[in-house]
Amino acid sequence: MANLTGTKRIEKRFKDLKKAGRTGLVTFITAGDPNNVTSNEILKKLPGSGADIIELGMPFSDPMADGPAIQASSLRSLNNGNLMLTTLEMVSDFRKVDKDTPIILMGYFNPIYLYGITNFVTDAAKSGVDGFIIVDLPPEESEMREPVKKAGLSFIYLIAPTTDSLRIPIITEHASGFIYYVSVTGITGTTSAASGDIATAIKKIRCHTDLPIAVGFGISTRKKAREIGNYAEAVVVGSAFVNKISENLNEDGTIKDGCVVSVLDLVRDIADGLSQ
Amino acid sequence: MSKLNTYKAGPDENGHFAMFGGRYVAETLMPLIIEVEHAYNKAKKDEAFQLDLRSYLKNYVGRPSPLYFAERLTKKLGGAKIYFKREDLNHTGAHKVNNCMGQILLARKMGKKRIIAETGAGMHGVATATVCALFDIPCTIYMGSKDIERQSQNVSRMKMLGADIIPVISGTGTLKDAMNDALRYWVANVETTYYLIGTVAGPHPYPAMVRDFQSIIGEETRGQIIEHEGKLPDSLIACIGGGSNAMGLFYPFLDDNVRIIAVEASGEGIETGKHAASLNAGVPGVLHGNRTFLLQNNDGQITDAHSISAGLDYPGIGPEHAWLHDVGRAEYVSITDKEAINAFQTCTRLEGIIPALETAHAIAHTMKIAGDLPKNHVMVLNMSGRGDKDIDTVSTYIKANK
Repeated sequence: MANLTGTKRIEKRFKDLKKAGRTGLVTFITAGDPNNVTSNEILKKLPGSGADIIELGMPFSDPMADGPAIQASSLRSLNNGNLMLTTLEMVSDFRKVDKDTPIILMGYFNPIYLYGITNFVTDAAKSGVDGFIIVDLPPEESEMREPVKKAGLSFIYLIAPTTDSLRIPIITEHASGFIYYVSVTGITGTTSAASGDIATAIKKIRCHTDLPIAVGFGISTRKKAREIGNYAEAVVVGSAFVNKISENLNEDGTIKDGCVVSVLDLVRDIADGLSQ
Repeated sequence: MSKLNTYKAGPDENGHFAMFGGRYVAETLMPLIIEVEHAYNKAKKDEAFQLDLRSYLKNYVGRPSPLYFAERLTKKLGGAKIYFKREDLNHTGAHKVNNCMGQILLARKMGKKRIIAETGAGMHGVATATVCALFDIPCTIYMGSKDIERQSQNVSRMKMLGADIIPVISGTGTLKDAMNDALRYWVANVETTYYLIGTVAGPHPYPAMVRDFQSIIGEETRGQIIEHEGKLPDSLIACIGGGSNAMGLFYPFLDDNVRIIAVEASGEGIETGKHAASLNAGVPGVLHGNRTFLLQNNDGQITDAHSISAGLDYPGIGPEHAWLHDVGRAEYVSITDKEAINAFQTCTRLEGIIPALETAHAIAHTMKIAGDLPKNHVMVLNMSGRGDKDIDTVSTYIKANK
């Protein structure tokens, strides 16, 4: 059978997770953080360490929905001279060794807008990208949606605790791949939400869609991931990995020996917790 | 499509001025921004709200602000007749308070318990802290660490008024970064907090709402100039960072036969790369909730702005200005730090009015063009703020460049 790509690859992954009776782990890292070589190495080793889906952050100078950890990782990457093309190259490189793990590009609209929406979507699809999460494109600003759909990729929407029952169907109507439920009213890498609230919110969303739901924001430990994993098809962990990277940097920015191992150990720890 | 017969119809219901504007924000904020929009639409038609606002503007802010004939400047330049719209005489010393008064009344109506705001030069911060003191609402101001240094007097004023100042060290420590951090705080506290944006930028409805609250500047000018001159002005001129004082003066005249000039800050010169001229040297992009002209690199990363004037030190511009630029209704020119300092001194000596460094950019361009205009050409300059806050910056600059 030919390899599935785009939305199909994402669907296949969720189907397999369901068959295995397991909650998926979505891992976020910023492309090119702390440098290209290390970032590439981490990316390639993520699936083997337990990542089911990979969110790859496209660095942006002004990430308005991100906390200090991801802001800093974005800056590290940009200071290394990384471009949108570098991120796409990372994905094509990854695809040489892995054709099953979905890759979602996550970031902000401006760099894509400047690249040219259609060009970017085309180039991303060629590189092996499967979907996009664009934080500052709510369903009302829809210019990227059609090109993404046409390319057979997923436009993944966020739903937040502030999203009311009237807005949920507006969002689910256009969503594909999965729904990303932002579990806290806030930025990435700060507080975490009570699981009771998350359960209620997810129930509300399920009234409007059959798409799988991944829960993210504020999930940094094995325990929290397991707890929330009870309610969703997948959990997203981001800032915790990014923090592991920054903990493994020397003051002058050079990388300590154990950096890659330490990130992957945390991935394995959380993934093991979800499998039990 | 029907022919465009007014420049005043925008934005459309999604906040777009043609391709500019819009609502590019995280989902967490969307429902609350829509709530602000609904509350504002209601307030616009609510007579009691409007009466309340007019009353505070008159008795607390001191409106109407005078329209003053700058006779000595006019004589020196030897051409157009120059009037100053004296927004510097408002309570708190700038046009910013017009908008703050409108938005604080709205926040009260919405039952919000805390106000946050970003500030560059500190004038918007001071105006926000002032109305928060007046209505006894806790107030947090985000201000870039670099701006805190160069506008220390305004920092003291805000603290005295009871505001908490949060120094912003991310990015370049200027207005853009203050806005990022204010948005981040807002995302985490949307239910209780009202974000009082100080300029005609940000997600819809802010650009239109701030313009509406500032339009009192142009509305008053209309009546006053007819009283003085028996006719509408031939031209209007104002400085732009985000563009709120300019939008306020221009908007009521958009459909009239009046030349409109806005002055950006070109810092050390556009060719040096150290400037804040987003319309003259930027390209369209998306930042802080709207599409507009932005200073950015080829890969879509926002670049640092530079201006000696903290209030103009921003890599973007309000979306309605982006549109007016695009359709050619207004002229967008630029003035360097050096020219602004020179104009600051000229205005101070000739008229006994110490202008804000922001305003000095508009004065500098006036000094460039007025001499070549006929003597019956009537020009209104928006004296958007007073310059007490800038005395140290100007003295330091003059000393360093002697």
